[in-house]
Amino acid sequence: MRRMTINATSLKAEKEDTQNDHIVVRMEHLTKTFGDNHVLRDINLVMNKGENLVVLGKSGTGKSVLIKSIVGLVEIDEGNLFILGQNISQLNENELIEIRKKIGFLFQSAALYDSMTVRENLEFPLRRQVHKIAKEEMNSLVKEALLNVGLANTIDLWPSELSGGMRKRLGLARTLILKPEIILYDEPTTGLDPITSKEISHLILDVQKKYNTSSIIITHDIGCTKLIANRIIVLKDGICAAEGSYSDMENSSDKWIRSFFE
Amino acid sequence: MENTISEQPSEEHLQAETIPESFSEPISDTAFNKFFLEVASLTSFTWRFFKEVVKPPYEINELMKQSFLIGYKSLPLIGITGFIIGLVLTIQSRPTLAKFGAESWLPAMVAVSIIREIGPVITALIFAGKVGSGIGAELASMNVTEQIDAMQVSCTNPFKYLVVTRVLSATIMLPILIILSDAIGLLGSFVGVNLKGNVSSYLFFSQIFQSLSFGDLVPAFIKTIFFGFAIGLIGSYKGYNSYKGTEGVGKAANSAVVFASLMVFIIDMVAVQITSLFQN
Ligand SMILES: Nc1ncnc2c1ncn2[C@@H]1O[C@H](COP(=O)(O)OP(=O)(O)OP(=O)(O)O)[C@@H](O)[C@H]1O
Ligand SMILES: [Mg+2]
Repeated sequence: MRRMTINATSLKAEKEDTQNDHIVVRMEHLTKTFGDNHVLRDINLVMNKGENLVVLGKSGTGKSVLIKSIVGLVEIDEGNLFILGQNISQLNENELIEIRKKIGFLFQSAALYDSMTVRENLEFPLRRQVHKIAKEEMNSLVKEALLNVGLANTIDLWPSELSGGMRKRLGLARTLILKPEIILYDEPTTGLDPITSKEISHLILDVQKKYNTSSIIITHDIGCTKLIANRIIVLKDGICAAEGSYSDMENSSDKWIRSFFE
Repeated sequence: MENTISEQPSEEHLQAETIPESFSEPISDTAFNKFFLEVASLTSFTWRFFKEVVKPPYEINELMKQSFLIGYKSLPLIGITGFIIGLVLTIQSRPTLAKFGAESWLPAMVAVSIIREIGPVITALIFAGKVGSGIGAELASMNVTEQIDAMQVSCTNPFKYLVVTRVLSATIMLPILIILSDAIGLLGSFVGVNLKGNVSSYLFFSQIFQSLSFGDLVPAFIKTIFFGFAIGLIGSYKGYNSYKGTEGVGKAANSAVVFASLMVFIIDMVAVQITSLFQN
């Protein structure tokens, strides 16, 4: 009898777990205002496990602000933000750090550390986020990360010696080196030639397949979107104006949405 | 299936836009209020420094690196200026002292002025120009290019990693640099004394050490710690809170120097008052 009740409760908990397990990020009525600039008005979105969610929208609509709010770089005004099932506003500093360790973030500007070489840039997240890592392991991770983005022979250069596209790719390598569960890409292919751009799109796909990562990708690159998107969200006037698959969007009844895909 | 949620912002939002924001705006306008806002924000920055400096983890590696960079990079400049000050002060003072027949007091007088006042203040001003502006520009450009945000995303407390280490380095290194600068200044003075006349190094330095008292050295040393702290703190404050734009970098560097130099004089004045209080 007693055994049965235990089983029943644990079963219930398990069921709840699996119900929410596929949701990695959930935003409910999120708002963000800078002065009198209402950037995010009412954002509701869900990001599922293992999914590539592409966010489209005109410049200045708050796409970057949206993903920055997930890592806490932008503090949200109102609404709820759940990451991996936990309400961010109810966590203390250490719990937040634990969650953030699972999130990778590619900055629109790459945000490389100027005072560090390429190698040190890649080692930084390893040193800071992994406790006790062997020198050899770190070396091989750095080499692998550089190889992935085609920058193998830049290891001892300084960021200032790299081209714009190379900086972007290095930023990507630094984001991916820890193989985070959730990856937020802010315009990963902007400023790259079509060939490299395609390579990066494939890299994003590979990472998703290999490690079952969940990603939000902000992009203006429709080729990249077509290749990697499982689902697309269009941001307009601070809300999610439309949502669907690539073909849904391409054939949308709304001319404005269709215009993204022309 | 496409799911068009809404294409226009809802009415509620349009209404929100037309409501006047808040009453705080006209207040922040005047220069007077700007000054107090600045003081308040610097105070909270300082408070945050003291909170973070005691809280583990400690960024020892970065502290060592910054101390090395700050000390090593400023050493040549501070050495040269120290030497010149000692030399020039000696040459300039000689005729005046000679007029009173007090030429033999030359080493003692120069030593007291260098160690008590000129060495610390001039070195601190040079330090503010070199290190204070350097910290301001570095942190401001890191701020503009989102490097500070990137650190935060890498689970690093940027305040601890960047600000605390730099403020501590400046606080530790400036007193050391000032001691070196004083020593080199006395060497310059020795050269200056020997340009006209012949004084043995033994006589020169024994006269200096006889003329210096504990009361000269200790207050002079203590105030250098405050100089270093103020310069590091102001440089970091200006850089860390800079405007996000390339123009912000220049502004941060510039106002760091101006503000830090002013602070050096203010601290010096306070230090003199306190010292004279104890000496009388
Ligand atoms: N820290 C900030 N302070 C004030 N306003 C900000 C801040 N960050 C963003 N904004 C404002 O929020 C709005 C959205 O910015 P955001 O960077 O998210 O745009 P975006 O959609 O990423 O555009 P883009 O495609 O050009 O990158 C802009 O109007 C910008 O001025
Ligand atoms: Mg953006």
